[in-house]
Amino acid sequence: MIPRWVAAVAAVGALLVVLPLATMAARVNWADFWTLITSESSVAALLLSLRTSAVSTLLCLVVGVPLALVLARARFAGIDLLRSLVLVPLVLPPVVGGIALLYTFGRRGLLGESLELAGIQIAFSTAAVVLAQTFVALPFLVISLEGAVRTAGTRYDVVAATLGARPTTVLFRVTLPLVWPGLLSGTVLSFARCLGEFGATITFAGSLQGVTRTLPLEIYLQRETDPDAAVALSFVLVAVAVLVIGLTRRSRSAL
Amino acid sequence: MTGYTHRGRSSARIVAAGSVGLLAVGALTACGASAGVGGTADADDAADRTLTVYAAASLTRTFEQIAEDFEAAHDGVDVELSFAGSSDLVAQIQQGAPADVLASADTANMDKIVADGLQAGTPTDFASNALMIAVPPGNPADVASLADLADDDVHLVVCAPEVPCGAATERVEQAAGLTFAPVSEEQSVTDVLNKVITGEADAGLVYVTDVRGAGGKVEGIELPESDSAVNVYPIVVLEQSPEPELAQEFVDAVLDQDGQQVLTDAGFAAP
Repeated sequence: MIPRWVAAVAAVGALLVVLPLATMAARVNWADFWTLITSESSVAALLLSLRTSAVSTLLCLVVGVPLALVLARARFAGIDLLRSLVLVPLVLPPVVGGIALLYTFGRRGLLGESLELAGIQIAFSTAAVVLAQTFVALPFLVISLEGAVRTAGTRYDVVAATLGARPTTVLFRVTLPLVWPGLLSGTVLSFARCLGEFGATITFAGSLQGVTRTLPLEIYLQRETDPDAAVALSFVLVAVAVLVIGLTRRSRSAL
Repeated sequence: MTGYTHRGRSSARIVAAGSVGLLAVGALTACGASAGVGGTADADDAADRTLTVYAAASLTRTFEQIAEDFEAAHDGVDVELSFAGSSDLVAQIQQGAPADVLASADTANMDKIVADGLQAGTPTDFASNALMIAVPPGNPADVASLADLADDDVHLVVCAPEVPCGAATERVEQAAGLTFAPVSEEQSVTDVLNKVITGEADAGLVYVTDVRGAGGKVEGIELPESDSAVNVYPIVVLEQSPEPELAQEFVDAVLDQDGQQVLTDAGFAAP
């Protein structure tokens, strides 16, 4: 039972999201669509976006799963503060994240200076893009998974442990399989967030075709001279996002 | 069964409420637009007039000064300034943004306004800006000339060719017969300047006014080749302006001696 006024406001909310996207789709120059999205710079940007987003999502999984487990299960002073801090990128303007990354990993940054001495240059490299994407996408994975772990509870883990399973075995055979839907949706959300990342990348990584100019940066640049190309590429990005989210919903409901 | 009829009825209401919501949004934007254009209709004091000036981001400091002087000389006039990249400003005006005056950082963007017939009168060139090499204080990569920028060891950051400062950079490159391999092609000259200020870049190509405006945060190296990289700034009154005379007075204030002095002090050259 939903009160009618709630449904009515919900409809306005849905329109607010759907209407601009639909309007943009209507503005796509379909006659030249294929030419616009297959130009050398567009393809380079799309491939770079897919590549960096895949690597960033993997990084999010590697560090995000342990982080979510700790936040959901561990008990120590300051854990609430840690949880808040980890989730900060969710609400932070990405450009602020970019500035923070710059002062940490930039050539004159906290770690960047030592890294440069060691011959590792992050500034203006594809690695900088991956760092920026991981920074903004990590909370999406952590928040989804942490919630799932809490909901799943510890009953099955305790049983497995009393039956003699080691903690690592319990983690891989009991805990993670139980929270699989949460893990999957967290992963997809992170990937989608990586694909859309703009502010931190342009602030921290720079913009060079094939190296750091991801699809959102290419769209922003194309808008200067070729609005048709910008709209066509925007549509591609929307289509990829809808596809990715649709696929997860489907596989989740199949579970 | 009743459940179904219920659903049908409420969905009709949803649509109705949805359109009401949209109307509300429409009304809000309409209010915003009229307030921006003149704000004179409902003002209790008829002398209160607002002039909206769209100006290229590189004009921020100078136009703030000129607008302040203009307001001091014109009682009851409020100048509202909107600064952004020239192509953004042009796109906004083409979409109906309520501006009285446009000052662009290059002729290419002003040409788009003229092509759409959105101007009143002919655009007038009021300033020009040349490129300069900017390096972080202490010049860590020992850059001395344009040729040094082509060195692979120098982390060079420039504007992308799609934006005015990048087009100027390409002209410098061609005039000098050099091929740069920048580590980044930024969206705006401010982004280039920031990369130099933070030391991410060893060198960047920016406008003379940017080096001047950055104070001691960057060092500037003049280019003998800069003659080939001059951007001319045109200004025009827009056709839609409800205050064409006042708008023209503002344009005149930019072109007169005091206005030109403000621009010269900031590093702009004559057009």
